[in-house]
Amino acid sequence: MNTTGNVTGIIANLVIVETEGKVGQNEICFIRHGDARLMAEVIKVMGKKAYIQVFESTRGLKVGTEVEFMDHMLEVTLGPGILSKNFDGLQNDLNKMEGVFLKRGEYTSALDMEKKFAFTPLAKKDDKVTAGSWLGEVKENWIPHKIMVPFTFSGNYAVKSLKEAGEFTPDTVIAVLTDQDGQDHKVSMVQKWPVKVPIRAYKNKPRPFKILETGIRVMDTLNPMAEGGTGFIPGPFGSGKTVLQHNLSKNAEADLVVIAACGERANEVVEIFTEFPELDDPRTGRKLMERTTIIANTSNMPVAAREASVYTAMTIAEYYRAMGLKVLLLADSTSRWAQALREMSNRMEELPGPDGFPMDLSAIIANFYARAGFVYLPNGETGSITFIGTVSPAGGNLKEPVTESTKKVARCFYALSQDRADSKRYPAIDPIDSYSKYLEYPEIAEYLNKTIAADWTESVFQAKDILLRGKEAYEQINILGDDGVPLDYHVKYWRSELIDFVILQQDAFDKIDASSSLERQHYMLTKTLEVANMEFRFDSFEEVGPYFKQVINALKQMNYSDFKSEKFKKHEKELQGILKEKRVEKSVPVDTEGA
Amino acid sequence: MEKDTQAFQRVYTRLFQLTKATVSLYAKGIGNEELAIVDGRLAQVVKIMGDLVTLQIFGGTEGIGTHAEVIFAGKAPTLNVGDDLAGRFFNAYGEPIEGGKIMGRQQEIGGPSVNPVRRKQPSEFIPTGIAGIDLNNALVTGQKIPFFADPDQPFNQVMAMVALRAKADKIILAGMGLTNDDYLYFKNVFDDAGALDRIVGFINTTEDPPVERLLVPDMALAAAEYFAVEKNEKVLVLLTDMTLYSDALSIVSNRMDQIPSKDSMPGSLYSDLARLYEKAVQLPDGGSITIIAVTTLSGGDITHAVPDNTGYITEGQLFLRKDSEVGKVIVDPFRSLSRLKQLVIGKKTREDHPQVMNAAVRLYADAANAKTKQENGFDLTDYDERTLEFARGYSRKLLAIDVNIDTEEMLETAYELFDKHFKPAEVGIRQEFVDKYWKPNS
Ligand SMILES: Nc1ncnc2c1ncn2[C@@H]1O[C@H](COP(=O)(O)OP(=O)(O)O)[C@@H](O)[C@H]1O
Ligand SMILES: [Mg+2]
Repeated sequence: MNTTGNVTGIIANLVIVETEGKVGQNEICFIRHGDARLMAEVIKVMGKKAYIQVFESTRGLKVGTEVEFMDHMLEVTLGPGILSKNFDGLQNDLNKMEGVFLKRGEYTSALDMEKKFAFTPLAKKDDKVTAGSWLGEVKENWIPHKIMVPFTFSGNYAVKSLKEAGEFTPDTVIAVLTDQDGQDHKVSMVQKWPVKVPIRAYKNKPRPFKILETGIRVMDTLNPMAEGGTGFIPGPFGSGKTVLQHNLSKNAEADLVVIAACGERANEVVEIFTEFPELDDPRTGRKLMERTTIIANTSNMPVAAREASVYTAMTIAEYYRAMGLKVLLLADSTSRWAQALREMSNRMEELPGPDGFPMDLSAIIANFYARAGFVYLPNGETGSITFIGTVSPAGGNLKEPVTESTKKVARCFYALSQDRADSKRYPAIDPIDSYSKYLEYPEIAEYLNKTIAADWTESVFQAKDILLRGKEAYEQINILGDDGVPLDYHVKYWRSELIDFVILQQDAFDKIDASSSLERQHYMLTKTLEVANMEFRFDSFEEVGPYFKQVINALKQMNYSDFKSEKFKKHEKELQGILKEKRVEKSVPVDTEGA
Repeated sequence: MEKDTQAFQRVYTRLFQLTKATVSLYAKGIGNEELAIVDGRLAQVVKIMGDLVTLQIFGGTEGIGTHAEVIFAGKAPTLNVGDDLAGRFFNAYGEPIEGGKIMGRQQEIGGPSVNPVRRKQPSEFIPTGIAGIDLNNALVTGQKIPFFADPDQPFNQVMAMVALRAKADKIILAGMGLTNDDYLYFKNVFDDAGALDRIVGFINTTEDPPVERLLVPDMALAAAEYFAVEKNEKVLVLLTDMTLYSDALSIVSNRMDQIPSKDSMPGSLYSDLARLYEKAVQLPDGGSITIIAVTTLSGGDITHAVPDNTGYITEGQLFLRKDSEVGKVIVDPFRSLSRLKQLVIGKKTREDHPQVMNAAVRLYADAANAKTKQENGFDLTDYDERTLEFARGYSRKLLAIDVNIDTEEMLETAYELFDKHFKPAEVGIRQEFVDKYWKPNS
């Protein structure tokens, strides 16, 4: 018999329930409101009172209404058929809901239980297995979806029987496992897992040592993201957080992408629903939607489900990582989740921390980011979750609790700058403030120099140095005036503009420029640095800007052309012509003292 | 909203607590967000603790006594919706200002959200003739976008102009803290344009109690949903002024002892505003709700909680500013943004539109740098001089809100300005567009 109780208080979506029975923290319960059952989660217990946050509107709810506790935490259903789905924050399949409007209390099943999948066994009778061991495999879109020993199984098991290859629905029992006490356990293709608990079906989590190619120059070239790494993108509204994340989800070299649209605009997920089924995945030639799963809790959907949405997304990512896949997890925006926590904490009249956020905000964020990572599975295979979240700081001011807490744990910092966005220098990632800690990892540097070019990291640091010196020169020019500084300052400034326009700026809406392969990035960086290292003959500072603009224009036209196409080569030739005009034969390297 | 006494209504006559915006009393069987009439004033349940029910009084609590009569309505706030709404103006409670009744169905306001998978991607360009909007920040049906403007900017005039040019089936005006003069102004322009039968107004003026404003956008959006969902119409909703709406939110939340967040706004401001703005939608059967709002700023400060949260919710913002150089109000290209523009520009408009737009804004940014240089007393280069001249022409011929030309003409004007002041390499747009559209004059 499940515990029951009755509503005794209602403040927006915080409801107080009095009960005599046993209640657990984070336990799920349902309020019987008329014909609807409203789902809620226990967030605090005081004596006989359980404080619950309701994942729905509480309009019309009355004191005395019956509440039933379910004796389990918020769970997701894991099994074949998750990919390409559009879920809400609680993993209801949005496409299965009827009508144009969302109905309160309507919950739909996450998987399609009638759909048959072609199963191939991977284990055999008498194999010793543990939680997460691969028993078999089905094809889900093009991804080999592993059927695993449920993560809830602790200890060692032996495979007693296993289905032969065939077509089965997800709920078919495909294996029987015997535990150490001789008890038999049936295993289907479906299992459940509580979202707030990390799935730990891996052997160990080394430091990331490879990079995750994203196709975005300012990331890959200047501040690379590691496979299994973490990063965040803070920026004021309109600075390009969402466009950058969408671009990542389209072009990053991941096996699959899980997107948590957390408390942001509905039209932004509609864009994904609409475009991804049409867009090609450049690596597989399949449609992008086939590798994408969306968890949508947009800003007009229940606030209490914000938090659930990011955990649901993370758990799904962990499930696929345990299959040995390379998962990219994106959340836009983690600030909305933090705000949802704040709303609830205020309603419960908890002692507020900075800016009214809960005291344990930092710990919550740190625990969440810690679930990402590159892992070795027990069978020696590898899998990864690369996590990149956006942060929406109030007033664009980075000195606020969510940004500060995230900065402590995320290894890459992609700060979007209002100034850059205002002058349409997209993606508006600030080249000076942003960083990738991975660039300092010797194993990553070694990987880069091995896979791209022997002098790659050296070139990257040189580009960074030119950017920094350009900025310094620009500040001096602004203080002293164009003719108050040596001509060399203008050249330094324009060298940094060269890198800015050719490498940093990238048009997310241009078919060709939107994504750049590592090979192409290497080619363009080498070319650009070659130009930056040249000495030119200028008679006055007035010549510097116009000349560099010509150079930049030719290089930009190259960015807009297919790599090494006729057009590309034509513009490259043009560039050579322009360079000849003013180049001083002896090429002197840019001094890098103090770098 | 009905004030008549109906069956099942419960009446109480003893208040337990009174504050500036709320009253509390002991009552049983009351639903959350239920409506009530307290001493003849409309109120809504905002909190229930055991038998103690707290109500927010929209008209304020001045003069309410401890023995005031409280009648519970047994339902959340509603609006009578029907074709009858068209051509009429209502108060915050949805009652026709000029008297009479609306025949139609009772619709709860603040209802459920559209399932995101049922939405269609907005794709219909809304030309306004104003280049600061169409060229740089094109609007699309189903979009939600506010004007950010200081109180002395002519935002209501611009909004009325945009509304009339937008070719909407219905225009729904939600006035919150509207001055009586502006209310009459809207009525007059719509009347002069012969558009009154397409207008529905929900009006709270500066003479009405501020908390009443809280009902206005929900009323307007319920009416909008009626026409967009049931009649498949293209509906344009005008919300002015959302800063005054937010002020009303803060009054109520402060009275309820909630911990205020930035700028004494409630911590839930983001959710409160998003709930409204997200009613903007392109529906599968052709109907749409487009929201154009006004968020007044104080001293141009967009980091204040209201514009800041708004910017995070809406699909861009149109920033009005007086350009002292040319003496006109312009749509500032730096701070303005239409996030949906890429769905139409270069697709519904000429292919070179995005590149021309970006190039012009970049040059305008160069001009801003040159201007700073000039103000700091430095010599200007020839290029600086040219950008400044370009900026003046750009401001006068394209950014000013009194411009009224079609998009093609806007692009032509931009090329003329480019050609007058720059060489193609300085403008930096794709070579094929230069070859095709740039007609050198000199
Ligand atoms: N890489 C880019 N290329 C071109 N335009 C961009 C780019 N990034 C952002 N933008 C422009 O900026 C707008 C806002 O970007 P968005 O990602 O929605 O901002 P945020 O999520 O930070 O509020 C977009 O609608 C687009 O017009
Ligand atoms: Mg965004």
